[in-house]
Amino acid sequence: MYAAIVVLTAMGLSLGFVLGLAARLFRVEADPVAEKIEALMPGSQCGQCGYPGCKPAAEALARGEASVTLCPPGGRALAEELAQLLGVQADLSGVKDAVPMLARVDEDLCIGCLKCLRACPTDAVIGAAKQIHCVLPEACSGCGKCVDVCPTECMQMLPIEPTVRTWRWPKPVLAAA
Amino acid sequence: MSDVYSPVAGPHTHATAGVGGIMLQVMLALVPATLFGIWLYGWPALNLFVVTLSTCAIAEALSVRIGGRSAAAALGDGSALLTGWLLAMTLPPWAPWWIGVVGGLFAVMVGKQVFGGIGQNLFNPAMLARVVLLIAFPLELTTWIAPQPLTQTGSPGFVEGLAITFTGVTPERLDAVSSATLLGHLKTEIGRGTQLTAALDGWYEPSQAWFGHMAGSFAETSALLILLGGLYLMVRRIIDWQIPAAMLGTLALLASLMHMIAPERYADAGVHLLSGGVMLGAFFIATDPVTSPSTLRGRLLFGAGCGLLVYVIRSFGGYPEGVAFAVLLMNAVTPLIDHYVRPRIYGRDIHGRPRTIASKPKPDAEKPS
Amino acid sequence: MILRLFRIRGGVHPPEHKHPTASRPIEACPLPARLYVPLQQHIGAPAEPVVQVGEKVLKGQLIGHAQGPVSAPVHAPTSGTVTTIAPHAAPHPSGLPVVCVTIEPDGEDRWESAPAETDPFLLTPREIGERVAAAGIVGMGGAAFPSAVKLGAATRTPIHTLIINGGECEPYLTCDDRLMRERAVEVIDGVRIMLHGTQATRALIAIEENKPSAIRELKRAARIDERVMVVRIPALYPMGSEKHMIQTLTGRELPPGRLPADLGLIVHNVATAFAVHRAVRFGRPLISRIVTVGGGALREPRNREVLIGTPIEDLVECCGGFAEEPARLLMGGPMMGQVIPWNAPVVKGTSGVIALTREEIHIGETRACIRCGRCVSACPVGLMPLEMASRIRADQFDGAVDHGLNDCISCGSCAFVCPASIPLVQFFNFAKGELVARKTAQDKSQVLKLMAEQRQARLEREAREKAEAAARKKAEREAAKRAEQEAAARETGT
Repeated sequence: MYAAIVVLTAMGLSLGFVLGLAARLFRVEADPVAEKIEALMPGSQCGQCGYPGCKPAAEALARGEASVTLCPPGGRALAEELAQLLGVQADLSGVKDAVPMLARVDEDLCIGCLKCLRACPTDAVIGAAKQIHCVLPEACSGCGKCVDVCPTECMQMLPIEPTVRTWRWPKPVLAAA
Repeated sequence: MSDVYSPVAGPHTHATAGVGGIMLQVMLALVPATLFGIWLYGWPALNLFVVTLSTCAIAEALSVRIGGRSAAAALGDGSALLTGWLLAMTLPPWAPWWIGVVGGLFAVMVGKQVFGGIGQNLFNPAMLARVVLLIAFPLELTTWIAPQPLTQTGSPGFVEGLAITFTGVTPERLDAVSSATLLGHLKTEIGRGTQLTAALDGWYEPSQAWFGHMAGSFAETSALLILLGGLYLMVRRIIDWQIPAAMLGTLALLASLMHMIAPERYADAGVHLLSGGVMLGAFFIATDPVTSPSTLRGRLLFGAGCGLLVYVIRSFGGYPEGVAFAVLLMNAVTPLIDHYVRPRIYGRDIHGRPRTIASKPKPDAEKPS
Repeated sequence: MILRLFRIRGGVHPPEHKHPTASRPIEACPLPARLYVPLQQHIGAPAEPVVQVGEKVLKGQLIGHAQGPVSAPVHAPTSGTVTTIAPHAAPHPSGLPVVCVTIEPDGEDRWESAPAETDPFLLTPREIGERVAAAGIVGMGGAAFPSAVKLGAATRTPIHTLIINGGECEPYLTCDDRLMRERAVEVIDGVRIMLHGTQATRALIAIEENKPSAIRELKRAARIDERVMVVRIPALYPMGSEKHMIQTLTGRELPPGRLPADLGLIVHNVATAFAVHRAVRFGRPLISRIVTVGGGALREPRNREVLIGTPIEDLVECCGGFAEEPARLLMGGPMMGQVIPWNAPVVKGTSGVIALTREEIHIGETRACIRCGRCVSACPVGLMPLEMASRIRADQFDGAVDHGLNDCISCGSCAFVCPASIPLVQFFNFAKGELVARKTAQDKSQVLKLMAEQRQARLEREAREKAEAAARKKAEREAAKRAEQEAAARETGT
């Protein structure tokens, strides 16, 4: 019996030592998961998640401090990908794909103050001082930062109107299960 | 014209078969064998039949109500009645009423509704209930009677029938009618070391086996009537030929093979095909769409597996009959079959890779003349 | 000579309902009060309008020219005045509008030019392609793919067989049947022009066996050219699908993402052949087509030769109106046709306008799937629709793609046979749309990511430059100061 105790203790100690050594020798500097997550993120640094940008959000996700459903522009598709990458089961039933929005300038109200132009994370607003600004729809991420800074409330977030080309079939609604 | 504008995808015309219609056709195909069973085993058989079916219907309505759905719609598809019907057919005809009740409740509530209702269950509900009954109440499930046709003098009357089913009191003059099934008898005799020919003597007559004039469960004994019902379903395209053919074929092949090797130990294909629940199993149980594979090749595999397992259980297992176990075991591998056995997709090879195009397109050899 | 035919997988036999219109000749349709000519009636980029509001146009005049490599021009169907160029209801299931040129006919129906016949066989294949493109001809079976693009593929890949699709496997539709019976000579001429245009060695005109008169007429007309062969094919839906027609006639399958031209084949509809005949021989653009107006809700089902842009209401009106309120109004046949708004116009791809009663649709309440596998047996592609639908229902799009969602041709055979009345096709349409939407969103997100990064880099560079400029200025200032001090020191020193 003593032999068993001794052997097991010795094994435990030596294995622990090896593990400790390995942890020191093969330590990974950066967190590769965070990088992978960041690659999946929309990358427009819109800040809708509550973090200052996509990289901090990715790091928070990697640390397990944030939910995979944190990113509204990424929507359900991103949440699914993140859940798969992180190997977590997430309840996605509550995640609705946000209606994609685009910023639009009300030309009667714009005073050409350049505030939205500076706030836009993707340079989607064009214009010059004292000139009416304009939003490039293909560059707008719909983050709404411009709306927050506009002094005249001329910036509006409007849902993208479907056209024959962008219209998609709705999911069939089944009455009985 | 209000709904003209709402987007509805095609097709805008549909075939006539509905779920309820399919179930109705299956029940219709069961009618001859059922009537024969009622005639053969008398009033108690009818009582048990009624009890089992009503239990299933009530259980279905209850479960669906608990789930907050419409009971009328659920009962309308007829699947609960069919489950009860199939279960009743596999029970000993003089079994007490509570066998039907327990079996019916188990089949519908545990076998089907717990999984989420019609279409969701992994196992055939009727067979699940039968196996549970067999294991829980082995005595009641193995007490068979010799045929007591309604038209025969001395068979129990209506009141006596009620007494047999609901109080378990068998009139004294009928005490001696209990009998073993052919398969049970063979298992006992072969186990004792009796030669097959001797064991079959007086027990097995092919013509009798076709018509089913022998001890057995309520309505699975008449191979001929079940076969007719099955063929009807094939003609109406309710079931495909794959499962019955593969199941019966595999069983017959194995039986013939083993009979050739040891003729005095293993019964021949005829005994296997015409006894017990094989016919019912092949045409009505294994073909249950919910619990069998959805591809034709998968169904061949499934049927062959059922046939193999029936033979193995009958010949080498502890139970004389193995259709219920075989079907349940194959039910369990159905998702696996459906995952691996898929049809080849147009323009792709069997592994799903796009087919390659031969380097130079050339016209066919034929030239228009 | 008999061509060996090959079996296709699955398929269904929906009730044909062809009789009410098949037995009557094609009739003209009176000129409507207004024509709405959409600038996009084809797959690809919309045409660019070349007329102004208020301008007078003549029949056959170009009103929208093609834009980009895959597009088709649009012509005025009659003479009259352009009243608006604005969005109008489109023949599309969404009911959303597209830009249409509205023409108020002057009733004179005056052509832009006098008819002039040219011998198409003196033209080069390239010239034939150009004439087909200029006439705005698109696939008239319903897909509306610009025909000239297909013909043009022949200049890159050698084509040996031209397949003419006269299958018309959709129930109710008889427009191709009537066309072949009444205008067989013209159809064969179009086929021969296309043979010349593609330099193919033979043409196979495939007609379903349920159209014996059409087969007879075309066989008679095809005697003039031994390269043209009329083939009787089994009546089975979806025989008219390009992929399945190729398989039936040649035994070969089109791998995903490949074109018939890769197999040395090209497939055109019979109505397209007729349009090619008119365009190349007589220089007439595609401004009208034959439309089957049918369905149980219609009082006088007929085949009508209709100007493109004719509102559906006028078309229904000239067919006696509705006998009863239709439950669904469709463009195309009942299998693959689409529900359309009632004021939408006829376009180049409109093979039929079908008004169905509730009884004809015959759809029960949707029930749970009982896994009966009828959809698997019916699928002509070899998919497992029930598995795909169950995954899409749970939003597992990857699982659906793994089961072959992208190979689905939306023929509707599965939903036709489904005893539980599950809207399988809509599930697949939804999932396909969702996948496209996700891809688009992903692409946009990539662009935005790049823009955000560039902006970040620019901001950093600007900050750095500012800092450098500040440092330089500071250094200059200090240098100046030092110089001053030194100068001062020197002065005091001396």
